[in-house]
Amino acid sequence: MKLLELKNVSKRYGSLYALDNVNLSIDKGEWIAIMGPSGSGKSTMMNIISCMDKPTDGQVIFDGRDITKDSRRKLTEFHRDKIGLVFQQFHLINYLNAVENVMVAQYYHSMPDEKEALEALERVGLKDRAKHLPSQLSGGEQQRVCIARALINSPELILADEPTGNLDEANENIVLDLFRQLHKEGTSLIVVTHDPEVGEVAERIVRLEHGKIISDKKNSQFDK
Amino acid sequence: MFFRMIAGAFRRQWKKMLMIALTVALGASIATAMLNVMLGVGDKINEELKAYGSNITVVPNSQAVISDLYDVEDGGEKEEYLAEETLGEFLTIFWANNITDFAPVIDTSVTVKGKEMKLIGTWFDHHFEFRKKGTVYQRDTGIINLRSWWDITDGKWLDEAALSGDAYAMAGKRAAEALGVKAGDKIEVKGSGNTESLEIVGIFESGDDEEECIFTTLFAAQRLSGAEGKYKKAEVSAITSPDDELAQKAAKNPDLLSGDEYDLWYCTAYVSSICFQIQEAIPEASARAVRQIADSEGKILEKTELLMALITLMSLIGATLGISNLVTSSVMERSAELALMKAVGAKNGQITRLVMTEIILTAIAGAAAGYFMGYAFAQVIGQTVFSSAIEMSGMVAFLVTVLIIAVTFVGSIPAMRTILRLRPSEVLHGGH
Repeated sequence: MKLLELKNVSKRYGSLYALDNVNLSIDKGEWIAIMGPSGSGKSTMMNIISCMDKPTDGQVIFDGRDITKDSRRKLTEFHRDKIGLVFQQFHLINYLNAVENVMVAQYYHSMPDEKEALEALERVGLKDRAKHLPSQLSGGEQQRVCIARALINSPELILADEPTGNLDEANENIVLDLFRQLHKEGTSLIVVTHDPEVGEVAERIVRLEHGKIISDKKNSQFDK
Repeated sequence: MFFRMIAGAFRRQWKKMLMIALTVALGASIATAMLNVMLGVGDKINEELKAYGSNITVVPNSQAVISDLYDVEDGGEKEEYLAEETLGEFLTIFWANNITDFAPVIDTSVTVKGKEMKLIGTWFDHHFEFRKKGTVYQRDTGIINLRSWWDITDGKWLDEAALSGDAYAMAGKRAAEALGVKAGDKIEVKGSGNTESLEIVGIFESGDDEEECIFTTLFAAQRLSGAEGKYKKAEVSAITSPDDELAQKAAKNPDLLSGDEYDLWYCTAYVSSICFQIQEAIPEASARAVRQIADSEGKILEKTELLMALITLMSLIGATLGISNLVTSSVMERSAELALMKAVGAKNGQITRLVMTEIILTAIAGAAAGYFMGYAFAQVIGQTVFSSAIEMSGMVAFLVTVLIIAVTFVGSIPAMRTILRLRPSEVLHGGH
């Protein structure tokens, strides 16, 4: 069942095409890696999929609904309800502790619930670090808080932008294990990365270059 | 959660918040000081202007009619007088406490050393007592206060209490030069009613025609002019409220006022209502405002108030710019945090509400500190400029609160626009 469809999507900045007539279809529960070098259009694609940007041309159909023409306010609501974001730089609020950072996403979604937030932290193995400030957590721990924040509102899609870009190998493995677990639980995942090791653990690999999809294939080595 | 975020922002950005609070405090303190001084300055300036002489003259009715008819200062050749007993009535009127000084005046032409001169009899520093219906009214008054600008170039002021008798005089500088006299000399003065020997106790410079006159005690002048127990006019210095529309209407004809207007006018220390009350107390007298002084009071007051208003405005503009700068830089510094909030679903309104709450709480703290600083500034201004305390007005507290809220909102507009324009896609992922 289709979760997301990009139909002839282009994004132009002046005469420069960041995305050029891209067509992509993603099923529910699928784990996709979007790979490509710098400037290939990965982040632009992620911004469009996460409703933080609009395409210049084409359609974005999410869960059967064309969201291309939606107002910014509607897009914010849609994105809040359907998508969880994981960033390379974590973007935790540094004056709030781990559990409060998770609760921020609840606060802007519905109602903050500390018990639920603690459960989300437990899921990423950080319940005992719940009262620590970001500055008291390692990079891997911060990224796991970021994943817990992305999960807290039970989104249909987790979008991760270079989620292991700032992590060492040990922490990278912890994060990838978390993704595996989420995938098993049926969560749809899109991971934007230029790291082949991260890309190759995904179910499907989409490669971008100069704003165009140059390959889109199932990963034969994908370990279910 | 909202307040956790507010508290966290304060903890994290306390230096910036302190700067915002200080900026607001500075603006609020200047506004508080200036507005309080502005409201209190009317009375203070009036008090200051009392140093420049009387602002009311009281003359016999008949003389006032002639003055009005012919637009002359004195009433012509015919000598008209008021009885000396009427002087006490100044102390019985409703606004008696606003009358700071008064002095009767009698002038006459005299001959000294063969030269015709103008001699003026008055009180210098006279202790005056008046009894009416069992009440004793007392006042130390005279021209020592009404001519505070006189410069005594030789000798001293005529001190009525310290000298025995009343045969003393002070001579204007030009009169003394014309007569060739100095302090301590005696002069023979021949008036229309008598001849007196007066001792010159002081020579003064006044910068006006009074330098050509000889000033003596009221009693000596009465004897010389043959007008014992009488005076020609009285100079009165009163603390008055600046004229407004009601005062101008009343000045034309108090009978045109409605009952309420009349009560308000009568119970306000307008120069016209004080004159009216003097005339009520002394029906045979006509009391008139000395327009030069009254007008000067109005003009100085107007200009001082304008200056204060401009200083207040400038300080508030400065505070607005300061707040704008600080809040915008704070928002720029927090752009990743605010973009993250947008990325997790916060609407623009929710973020601006969060930031505005932080700013308003900071501004309230700053405004409270500024109000008390302003109180101190106002007292410094009051003591330095007017040598008295400035009363704090409740209206100023309200006005400053409104102004600071306005300044905070206006100063925060650029920052709010920055928040509205903030694109999470650009801040969190770094463009394309």
